[in-house]
Amino acid sequence: MSTEQTVNTIASDRFELERADREAMQQECEHFEQPQAACIEALKIVQRRYGWVPDDAIPAVAEALGLPPANVEGVATFYSLIFRQPVGRHVILLCDSSSCFLNDYDTLRAAFEEKLGIGYGQTTEDGRFTLLPVCCLGACDRGPALMIDDDTFGPVRPEDIDELLETYS
Amino acid sequence: MNATIDRLRYRSQLRQPASERHEDSHPLTWRLREDNESIDLAEYQRKNGYVGTQRALTEHSASEVIDIVKEANVRGRGGAGFPAGVKWSLTLQGEDIPRGYLVCNADEMEPGTFKDRMLLEQQPHLLIEGMIIGAYANNSRFGYIFLRDEYRAAAVSITRALNEAREAGWLGKNIAGSGFDFDIALHTGAGRYICGEETALLNSLEGHRANPRDKPPFPGQSGAWGKPTVVNNVETLCNVPGVLQHGADWYQQLSGGRSDDGGTKLYGVSGQVERTGLWELPIGTTGEELMALAGGMQSGHELKAWLPGGGSTGLLLPEHLELPLDFDSIGKAGSRLGTGLLTVISRQQSIVALLRNLEQFFARESCGWCTPCREGLPWTVKVLQALERGEGEPEDIELLQQLGKGLGPGQTFCAHAPGASMPLTSALKYFRDEFEAGVARPHTAVEEA
Ligand SMILES: Cc1cc2nc3c(=O)[nH]c(=O)nc-3n(C[C@H](O)[C@H](O)[C@H](O)COP(=O)(O)O)c2cc1C
Ligand code: SF4
Ligand code: FES
Repeated sequence: MSTEQTVNTIASDRFELERADREAMQQECEHFEQPQAACIEALKIVQRRYGWVPDDAIPAVAEALGLPPANVEGVATFYSLIFRQPVGRHVILLCDSSSCFLNDYDTLRAAFEEKLGIGYGQTTEDGRFTLLPVCCLGACDRGPALMIDDDTFGPVRPEDIDELLETYS
Repeated sequence: MNATIDRLRYRSQLRQPASERHEDSHPLTWRLREDNESIDLAEYQRKNGYVGTQRALTEHSASEVIDIVKEANVRGRGGAGFPAGVKWSLTLQGEDIPRGYLVCNADEMEPGTFKDRMLLEQQPHLLIEGMIIGAYANNSRFGYIFLRDEYRAAAVSITRALNEAREAGWLGKNIAGSGFDFDIALHTGAGRYICGEETALLNSLEGHRANPRDKPPFPGQSGAWGKPTVVNNVETLCNVPGVLQHGADWYQQLSGGRSDDGGTKLYGVSGQVERTGLWELPIGTTGEELMALAGGMQSGHELKAWLPGGGSTGLLLPEHLELPLDFDSIGKAGSRLGTGLLTVISRQQSIVALLRNLEQFFARESCGWCTPCREGLPWTVKVLQALERGEGEPEDIELLQQLGKGLGPGQTFCAHAPGASMPLTSALKYFRDEFEAGVARPHTAVEEA
């Protein structure tokens, strides 16, 4: 389902960090005893620009921080919010933890999957949305909860989905 | 902006109105605004902010501060209830020991928990104060707030507060003329529940995969970059300024004889109650009192069971609601207070299905380091799924019991697996019949006969 032509793709032998990004990464190092500590933030800087972290960005980040590429790769594959595949313009994170589960999470998930025509880990054909599960969002008093990009919502019912998605073009 | 977006947007909120919160009885929340906006430095200072810090840094030595926090018996609010003063007194410091770090654990991801979010979003200066005092007591060189990535509003609020505090001289060199230097950086994570485990958190902070570390050495001996490091929860640190401002005796009496512990607690309720939400109450408030504030069960629902403080705590029954919600009482009942935010389960809810959901969470969030956790959790999920479909084997109950034991304390590297074991073993204890009902009925002649 994921359609690469509609999202940012990066030619493999030409990956170069933007200068501003490179500088931001190096500046991040100042907060820590060792540059390895800036690794997660550096990957997030790449992701903020491209939407995800392509394989070819790994050696570039490693080079900017003066680290072995394997160290960066190991980190990039561990964390769930570092995306290693292209994602849509907007990422929907559905909380699948217990309080939301008790508040009809299953119905909400089914409604999203039907509405978008995709399952978890997939992107709509128009490249607009990617759907992912997420740990308890700390919004359990208003479950079922979800995030779209930077915004958190709850309780979300299936009948809210259309209007909710409208804002994210 | 459409109306649906506005209506659905999540805002952290305390249930108690300002008229019910007072400086001498609600140290964590009395300053909160009715509009739930973040409190800026000017307003915070107008409301007696930074008085505790001023006092700690100019009137007390570091060891006196530790003694006061010890005497107040501030117990860790991250889930384990370890006394903060004791933790601090075990943290190495001295002439020939390098100054280390103070880390605030703001990774809140425990299913059913939404308390630190509110403090971080609405009252960042209270946390900063707690961190300055903690750093002073522990001779920490620098502080980090380890914030989960999804807490975007909190990141904005903390960033502003750090800048304000720095400009006002509460962070940086020679704080409040005391000669003490300290600053704080915000570090945002990138997902994974295990980052909340304190040694995994340190690995993540150092930019590694978040596998927990072997203990000992404890972080207080060798933590971030091998330096003495204090890791405390957001709510724990937010308890500290009041203690320094009003004293250990004041803190002790806040619980009003309900508990051996002192202070207040942010309690909450989610699930099928009338009014879900968050309250600041004396520690030792009973489950019944809290449920009354939450308006009881929704109509058409009856209480079947509850989790006292997150997905990694053991299920309790309605009769246990009479217990004080404190670490010792809930521990004696065979569960854990955990984060103190109740998840309430209705009679209509299948316990097997709930357990399947919980164990799926633990299975997905396992860091994969040790076998019982890495292999045992997916296996547990499979068995629960079979029982949920009514296709379980007769041996499955015993198997789950064994799996629960294998995940229990002492079998694994960190407390993630024991956390997964708690709801499972308690569910088998109290709701065995529901598991048995999931065993496929054999196609034997007995039925036809
Ligand atoms: C799997 C796991 C996840 C945890 N997550 C958190 C968390 O998100 N926040 C937190 O404060 N403590 C969490 N803890 C507890 C920490 O390891 C640690 O005990 C706590 O931060 C210490 O602070 P306190 O003494 O102030 O409570 C977690 C523990 C485990 C085993
Ligand atoms: S118990 Fe689980 S989460 Fe903890 S170290 Fe072992 S595998 Fe990792
Ligand atoms: S369980 Fe979904 S927000 Fe907490």
